[in-house]
Amino acid sequence: MHLAYPAVLSALLFCTGLYGVLARRNAILVLMSVELMLNAVNLNLVAFDVWLSRAAEETLHSGQALTLFTIAIAAAEIGIGLAIVLAVHRNRGTSDIDKLRDTAEGPEPEGPDAEGPGTPAAEKAEASA
Amino acid sequence: MNLAAAVHLASAPPVPHAQHGFLSPTGVEIAFLLVGLVTLGAALVTVTTRQLVHAALWLVVALGGLAVEYLLLTAEFIAWVQVLIYVGSVVVLLLFGLMLTKAPIGRSPDADSGNRWAALAVAVAAAVALVWVVVDAFRTTWIDLDGPAAGTTEVTGTFLFRHWVLPFEALSVLLLAALVGAIVLSRKARADADTTPAVHGKEGAR
Repeated sequence: MHLAYPAVLSALLFCTGLYGVLARRNAILVLMSVELMLNAVNLNLVAFDVWLSRAAEETLHSGQALTLFTIAIAAAEIGIGLAIVLAVHRNRGTSDIDKLRDTAEGPEPEGPDAEGPGTPAAEKAEASA
Repeated sequence: MNLAAAVHLASAPPVPHAQHGFLSPTGVEIAFLLVGLVTLGAALVTVTTRQLVHAALWLVVALGGLAVEYLLLTAEFIAWVQVLIYVGSVVVLLLFGLMLTKAPIGRSPDADSGNRWAALAVAVAAAVALVWVVVDAFRTTWIDLDGPAAGTTEVTGTFLFRHWVLPFEALSVLLLAALVGAIVLSRKARADADTTPAVHGKEGAR
C-alpha cells in the first residue's frame, strides 16, 4: 500500500478535528473533535509502524505501543474532561464554552457573566431562593 | 528538481518495492480509499452537524471506519482495542455527557460559535500544508503488507511486555489517577449541590 494513503487520511482527519475544536461551542462537541485529532495521530503511528517494521531488521513496534498508550490516555482524558464539563454544567448551568469568560481579558471589564445570557438564570435562581 | 529528487529516492536502497505504480492500485488500496472516504465524511458530519446526538453517532462511524483501516494495515489488536475502547466506552461516555448536560435533542442553532470562518480558514490552511508536505515526502514509499501481520495479538503482547513494560505499568497508575480524579470532581460538584441556593444567591447578588 502506498504510504501516502494513510498519511493523507490522517492529515485530513486531524484538520477536521482542528476545525471542530476551533468552531464548536458546546464543550462536549469540542471533546469529540479532540478525539478525532487523537485518532488521526493514532492512524499515522500505526501506518508508519507497519512500514518501519518491514523496513527494519529489529523493531520495538514503538508506533503500535504508542498507539495503545494514546488510546488509554484518551480514555482517561475523556473521563476527566466529561467530569469537568459536568461540574461546570452544575455550577454554571451551561456547557457553552463561549460563555465561560471569567478569566478573559477583554474590552469589557466585567466580562459577559455580568450582562451575558447567564444572568437571567442567576436572577431567576435568586428570585426563587 | 522535484523530479530529480523523486528519481533519486526511487533508486535509493530503502525502496524495495519500485515495481509499484501510482496507476495500479491494489485491492487493499481501493478498500482503504473507500473506507477512508466514509471515515472522513463521517468526521466532517461530526464537526458540522447541528444535532448534538447525531454528532456522537457519526463519531461512531468515523471511529469504526478507523478500526477497519487498522485492520487493513494488519494491526489487528489495535483495531479491536479501538472498537472496544472508543466505540464501546468513549462514545457511550460522550452520550451520557450529552444527556447529563441536558443537550437539546433537535437542531441547536448555536452549535457553532461565531469564529467558524476563521476556524475553517485555519483548518483548510493546515490541511493543505500537511497534505502537501506528506505527499511530497512519501510519494515513493510503499508499505509491504504481505507476510505475517504486523500487529497480531501475539506480536503485540511480545513487544508490549518485553520492551514496553515500564510505560505500561506507569500507564496503569495514570489510569488510577484519572479514576480518582473523576470521582473527586464529581463528588465536589455534588457537595456543592447541597449549598446551591447560597451559591446562586451569591452569584445573583454579584
